[in-house]
Amino acid sequence: MSKEWPLWEIFIRGQHGLSHRHVGSLHAPDAEMALRNARDVYTRRNEGMSIWVVESNKITAFDPDMAEQNFAAPKSKVYRHPSFFEIPDEVGAM
Amino acid sequence: MDPLVTFCLRMGDTTLILGQQTAAWCGHAPVLEEDIAFANMGLDLIGQTQLWYEIAAQAEGQGRTPDDLAFFRTERQFLNAQLVERPNVDFAHALMRQYLFDAWHLPIQEALCESGHQAIRELAQKSVKEVRYHIDRSRDLIVRLGDGSEESHAMMQGALDALWPYAADLMAIDAVEQALVGIGMLPPLDRVACAFEAETAVTLDRATLAIPGNGHARTGGRTGIHTETMGYILAEMQQIPRSFPDARW
Amino acid sequence: MYAQLVETGAAEASEKDREFQEKIDRGVRIEANDWMPEGYRKTLIRQISQHAHSEIVGQLPEGNWITRAPSLQRKAILLAKVQDEAGHGLYLYCAAETLGISRDEMTAQLLSGKAKYSSIFNYPTLTWADIGAVGWLVDGAAIMNQVPLQRCSYGPYSRAMIRVCKEESFHQRQGFDIMRQLCQGTDDQKAMAQDALDRWWWPSLMMFGPSDKDSVHSEQSTKWGIKQNTNDELRQKFVDQTVPQAGWLGLTVPDPDLAWNEEKGGHDFGEPDWSEFHEVLRGNGPCNRDRLAARNKAWDDGAWYRDGLTAHAEKRRNMVAEGAA
Repeated sequence: MSKEWPLWEIFIRGQHGLSHRHVGSLHAPDAEMALRNARDVYTRRNEGMSIWVVESNKITAFDPDMAEQNFAAPKSKVYRHPSFFEIPDEVGAM
Repeated sequence: MDPLVTFCLRMGDTTLILGQQTAAWCGHAPVLEEDIAFANMGLDLIGQTQLWYEIAAQAEGQGRTPDDLAFFRTERQFLNAQLVERPNVDFAHALMRQYLFDAWHLPIQEALCESGHQAIRELAQKSVKEVRYHIDRSRDLIVRLGDGSEESHAMMQGALDALWPYAADLMAIDAVEQALVGIGMLPPLDRVACAFEAETAVTLDRATLAIPGNGHARTGGRTGIHTETMGYILAEMQQIPRSFPDARW
Repeated sequence: MYAQLVETGAAEASEKDREFQEKIDRGVRIEANDWMPEGYRKTLIRQISQHAHSEIVGQLPEGNWITRAPSLQRKAILLAKVQDEAGHGLYLYCAAETLGISRDEMTAQLLSGKAKYSSIFNYPTLTWADIGAVGWLVDGAAIMNQVPLQRCSYGPYSRAMIRVCKEESFHQRQGFDIMRQLCQGTDDQKAMAQDALDRWWWPSLMMFGPSDKDSVHSEQSTKWGIKQNTNDELRQKFVDQTVPQAGWLGLTVPDPDLAWNEEKGGHDFGEPDWSEFHEVLRGNGPCNRDRLAARNKAWDDGAWYRDGLTAHAEKRRNMVAEGAA
């Protein structure tokens, strides 16, 4: 069997002002064709106005088994959230 | 027939028959991504057909609907260019047919954006955006597959050899268009053929494909003279409405 | 779509297995790189790829009528619908690929006849009314199967299903709309609609898979959060939803045992012919061979296209590399 086209991850900006969001993946021989394919596959219902494509194997991710050590520390920093501080009602909006 | 009606049928019949041929690939294309992309073009073409037939039906003023025009005319009454009725021999033929069509369709739609007829102008201004995307896509595939593997090159050259003689039929202009140009309804269309030649010369060269020698251009579609494939296309397309002429669907 | 006869394999409960089960019980979604039992991975690969194959083969019976659709609008709608099925197949193959199998491998399994797909697509579409019946009944049954899968424990599958369900919502309606037009039409059209319902009713009921008492793999899949409802539950729901619609259309459901049961608040209905179901599953349905032949032809005939584009992309990469050197 001949070589399979690489897999690409597709990110689409749905509306002005929003970030690009991951919507799915597809196969294409190179980035340009991945873009075209993404246009045809993922914006058939007017879902997008900008598309990014990234070859799937170019994405670097944390090992999920390390999630606890990677993401535990901020859990104790409750003071980073505004709800930590009590502001009397009479002080007004802040 | 009113030259306006004839012209709209020439345009609408061409997009319909190509749309019909394109739609037949749905579920059979070489890869899923292409299956979806090709169907998108078919959808655009069918949509454009409806717009052309609406203008034709209105200009004709006999109460016919776009569906009447599509399903209740016979082979000699269809005025599409012969290119689009050429069969789905393989996907290379389908892509090359689409590309040659696009190379004509873009300049004519661009010209029609300046039409003196309001409905045609509005149709063109809407369609031209779709058509720009179509030719970008077709051109890219022609270059990639022409200059791809040895096999893909041979497939594309074979399709070009088979289809090139039919390209002239797209550009054929007669008294119908001249009359419409004369009353300002159409802009001069000579530039369409020039644009077609420029586009294909550059792209086919990039695709490392050789344009076959001239000398046997096939024309006639615009006056209802077709190739033998045409009757079969209509037989298939029109079968249900003609079997049940009183029914609505 | 649907997942039929998926083997799950018995998993021995290790510490990791227990943690995994606990995660699922808490409603935490499993993601591609998370640890998962081999049985879970295998079950999902099988189920998602079968589901994807069903979408792809499912293009064929309806695609059969695109070139003959009786109006320009019906042609466009049907083309858009069958195109959506290709999209759904694509999303699902991608979801399965996150589990470590390639689309080419899955395609090879389909083309060799090794992989299963929904039996319903081995029945022929013989008249235009079949396109109405397929949309109304088959997509209706599919949606009923698919809606709960949006909450499936495996993240990529659940997200693909959310997208599929969103797109699928017009499919059933377009089928019903075809039926409605036929049922309000001429006598010929009404007869065509009734004939289509007669032929598609029982195969549609079989889409939910064998009866719970004969379904071997349900328990583990339910525990793993891959399956949310039993086959019989969904079948009952489908019958209860569809029978009044048939009545509204003025069509007769071809089941002499069909009756409203006040006590259970649902319909009683007859038993599908399960021997037929298993025959079709074994490859002896009316269209099994045609369907596989069509998919094989598309794949084989398309090799030059896929390879040609690969070759060109490599040329471009080399040119860029040379330019940089």
